[in-house]
Amino acid sequence: MIELQNVAMSYGGDDLLADMSLKIAPGSFHFLTGPSGAGKTTFLKLCYAELMPSSGRLTLFDQNVTAMGRDDIARLRGRVGVVHQDCQFLDHLSVAENVALPLTVSGRPIDAGELVELLAWVGLRAQADALPPQLSGGERQRAALARAVIQSPDILLADEPTGNLDWEMSLRLLKLLVEFNRMGKTVMIATHDLNLIRTAKQQVQTRVLRIANRRLQLAGADL
Amino acid sequence: MKRLFVTMIAGDPRSPDRVVPPTGFTARLTVLTAAAMAFLAVFALALSLATGRLADRWSDALARSATIRISAPPDQMAAQTRSVLEVLETTPGVASFRALEQDEMRALLDPWFGPDLPVESLPLPQLIEMTETGDGIDAEGLRLRLSAEAPGAVLDDHTRWRRPLVAAAERLRTLGLISLVLICVATAGMITLAAQAALAANGQVIRVLRLVGARDTFIARAFVRRFTLRGFAGAGAGTVLGLLAVAALPDAEPAGGFLTGLGFQGWHWLWPLVIPPLAAIVAFVATRAAALRMLRGIR
Repeated sequence: MIELQNVAMSYGGDDLLADMSLKIAPGSFHFLTGPSGAGKTTFLKLCYAELMPSSGRLTLFDQNVTAMGRDDIARLRGRVGVVHQDCQFLDHLSVAENVALPLTVSGRPIDAGELVELLAWVGLRAQADALPPQLSGGERQRAALARAVIQSPDILLADEPTGNLDWEMSLRLLKLLVEFNRMGKTVMIATHDLNLIRTAKQQVQTRVLRIANRRLQLAGADL
Repeated sequence: MKRLFVTMIAGDPRSPDRVVPPTGFTARLTVLTAAAMAFLAVFALALSLATGRLADRWSDALARSATIRISAPPDQMAAQTRSVLEVLETTPGVASFRALEQDEMRALLDPWFGPDLPVESLPLPQLIEMTETGDGIDAEGLRLRLSAEAPGAVLDDHTRWRRPLVAAAERLRTLGLISLVLICVATAGMITLAAQAALAANGQVIRVLRLVGARDTFIARAFVRRFTLRGFAGAGAGTVLGLLAVAALPDAEPAGGFLTGLGFQGWHWLWPLVIPPLAAIVAFVATRAAALRMLRGIR
């Protein structure tokens, strides 16, 4: 699904990530952890082709990402759902329209019934007509999750999704992510919240990756 | 859910237009620019068409007329005038001719010497006005016959001053057309700047759209459609105002000459209707190029 072979990523000549090799299998649940500034967000951006590796080979769905055109990348984003810490909505559109945005841009029909069902799944049915600035932090994260999964992507990438949430709301979001994974989807969450990782390990089989000293390491024994 | 369903019923929710928030400043700027340029384009078009008519008219009218000037001593003037008239009667290609009366010659001199000048006391030449048929005359042959029959007669077929006048009118027409092209280029430039401003102001929107899988053509379409419609609407308003202004110009009068003839005649009034669609095409091309160029820099 996602395969990295000796991938490096550098900004302005300085290596931020180096010599990273990894295979992410379909249906797996990964946590990506590491100190702030270690490169977790950069790693995720590589995984949905917002950034290109400086060297090495990165394969997404059996396609070499450096050989992909702009339209190929746009199509790829239909198979990769992304949840950012700051969510990034179009503030002039309603929550429902924001959630349906991936369908809108790909020209696929919007089934109002399914959309209502999805909003109900993330607990935002009552907020469908609200504008994003009217939502709380937890509601925004759940709306971003709904938008990320509306096309039923093969993989979901979440960057610090609980960073601005209280523990109760974090657990609620984690529950949704675990449910999504149980549908056979791959999930990767970048977080530095070790409690969240420990809680998730009680619910689902997870693999924990750590970025330290610019390299990717397997973690887990210490969690 | 009400808004969702209203949106679905009232309009196409997949329209690229809706994903970009309305931008008041660039909208007003584009409409204003298109209106101003269309207004100028109407005048450039009117100038171009009027000078074209003028060139044709001068060329046609002067090419078919000639003047014979007889300068002779007073005692020979009548005889030489008679001889010239007799020559003209038998010259092929002459449609009509007549000797100008004293009053007519005085009228010609009035603008230069004023009405009080005693022109009778001046040794004025006799002028004979002549018009040609469509086939025209053999000017050299006529000159030879005149020199033999009336040595004081000189044929002036207006070539000397017709050419520069026609050339000037042709240049004015060319300048009008160049103005139209420059107006198009300036419109494209200003709409490009406005589109780039709109794209820059919507950088966050574009990043979100790319994130959820929007292709460049989808994003560009939202801006292109908007600017095309604004260009068309602005140019439509400017064209109407321009037409009203042209219609308000004084009517063409023989005494007014060129300036009062600046306008449209007959079916030429339809030409300005080309301006709004042309502005829309310019806006479409300019915005699309600007949008795709800018989007290439965003992954």
